[in-house]
Amino acid sequence: MPSSEYSKPLPVPQPESDYYWEQARHGKLVVQNCVDCEGAQFYPRVLCAGCGSRNLEWLEASGRATLYTFAIVHQPPHPGFRDDLPYITAIVELEEGVRIPSQVIGIEPDPDLLHIGMQLEVAFEEIDESITLPKFRPAR
Amino acid sequence: MPNQSRLKNLSGGASIVGVAESDSLGKVPEKSPLALHSEAALNALDDAGLQLSDVDALFTAGWSTLDVAEYLGVHPHFTDSTSVGGSSFVIHVAHAMAAIAAGYCEVALITHGQSGRSDRAPIPRNPGAPMTQYEYPYGIIGPPVSYAMACRRYMHDYGEERTRQAMAEIAVSTRKWANLNPKAYFHDRALSFDEYHDSRWVAWPFHLVDCCLVTDAGAAIVVTTPERAKDCRDGGVTVLGVGEGHDHSMISQMPDLTRAFGRNTGPQALEMAGVDHTDLDLAMIYDSFTYTVLVTLENLGFCSPGEGPDFVADQVTAPGGTFPLNTNGGGLSYTHPGMYGIFTVVEAVRQLRGEADDRQIEKCDLALAHGTGGLLSSTGTMVLGRS
Repeated sequence: MPSSEYSKPLPVPQPESDYYWEQARHGKLVVQNCVDCEGAQFYPRVLCAGCGSRNLEWLEASGRATLYTFAIVHQPPHPGFRDDLPYITAIVELEEGVRIPSQVIGIEPDPDLLHIGMQLEVAFEEIDESITLPKFRPAR
Repeated sequence: MPNQSRLKNLSGGASIVGVAESDSLGKVPEKSPLALHSEAALNALDDAGLQLSDVDALFTAGWSTLDVAEYLGVHPHFTDSTSVGGSSFVIHVAHAMAAIAAGYCEVALITHGQSGRSDRAPIPRNPGAPMTQYEYPYGIIGPPVSYAMACRRYMHDYGEERTRQAMAEIAVSTRKWANLNPKAYFHDRALSFDEYHDSRWVAWPFHLVDCCLVTDAGAAIVVTTPERAKDCRDGGVTVLGVGEGHDHSMISQMPDLTRAFGRNTGPQALEMAGVDHTDLDLAMIYDSFTYTVLVTLENLGFCSPGEGPDFVADQVTAPGGTFPLNTNGGGLSYTHPGMYGIFTVVEAVRQLRGEADDRQIEKCDLALAHGTGGLLSSTGTMVLGRS
């Protein structure tokens, strides 16, 4: 989709998240892992929000996740989403143990079809030359 | 951790002597947010029997105290712009009490004014902040979507049908209170259970009537020393217990979607006040959504996790019921300009003074006011009593 027509909010990457968005552009979902407490975290920071350590490394996530919760949006919270209604917002739990905000795509926005705990996999949606959004679809 | 023995010494250390709304509330496109702040400030000072020149401390949220003080023409010696959404103003009362006890000031003015419906220049968000960076691109924008996701998780944990019934009970009972309050946006409109279930979806599982109003309104509170309160129009309502804090900003970062920070602020405020849940005559609980009330009752300890639907069953929270809740008609049916928390305190004070007219509850010696800010992020709890 040409970026001139894209009217949804776009992320403005910050220095600590440049790598996250750059990897997404290459079809990779990455999270930070703390070397000291061995916990993964989302979103990227300069410290581990679990223990305060600065000793962080990037980890490529498997892309497998489960649905933690969701909503089906019928009234657009921003004009850019008017043509998408109804759409499914979600918090998904990655296999690596962190929860991230996203959308579920590739399934009807019907509460009876969506089950908390259902298996999902990452699906990358290229928005423009700099931003690709990781979304999730039912696992095949 | 808060030092409970020192907090107990602070209990009763300040009195609320004035509360008021702006002159008009609801649809008020002819007034700016700062005009709403100012009307409410003057009305609350009138209520107290004080004047702007008595004010030596200013508290506000959304705006900086710099802007509000300049507009009002006050020159405060103590200021606090703590801005944690709708919980801010409950927290300001606690901060005012601490500042008064420490000697920084004697007459604290807390103001709120917001044109949620008619604002010509809403304040934009920083596009590099985590929330705008990681949630907004997915259409996870604003309270309905975020709270709906928290509610869906609650339904999964504790049962969808009983959660739905509880949300309907809260919507209907709150509307009944609004029908008794001439200032309420929905004063003249009843809400039946059938109408609840037929209401259109905003963000499933939320119907439109699960969501608070979006209005224009202001409110203000005047806090002073218990000694000075004796010279005010009303002897005052005493601040007995307080609690504040937060876990997260955006909903995806909430550690446990069914347990907000009220799990800490409720018990803290009650212990500081030296009272128990069953001693309270009134609960004013921020109702951004029907679900917010349900989960907050559990978080504050009125009932156990998952028991909220039983607690609010059979309209016990409605006029004449055994658990008076949100007697002004709440954010759901009275007013909600965006950061509603201050109105929980305004109503609690009116009930404690016996000035709530048609909606006055029979006995009101002790009341709890609770604000929730952000996306179930921040909470402020307060226990108030008759002086």
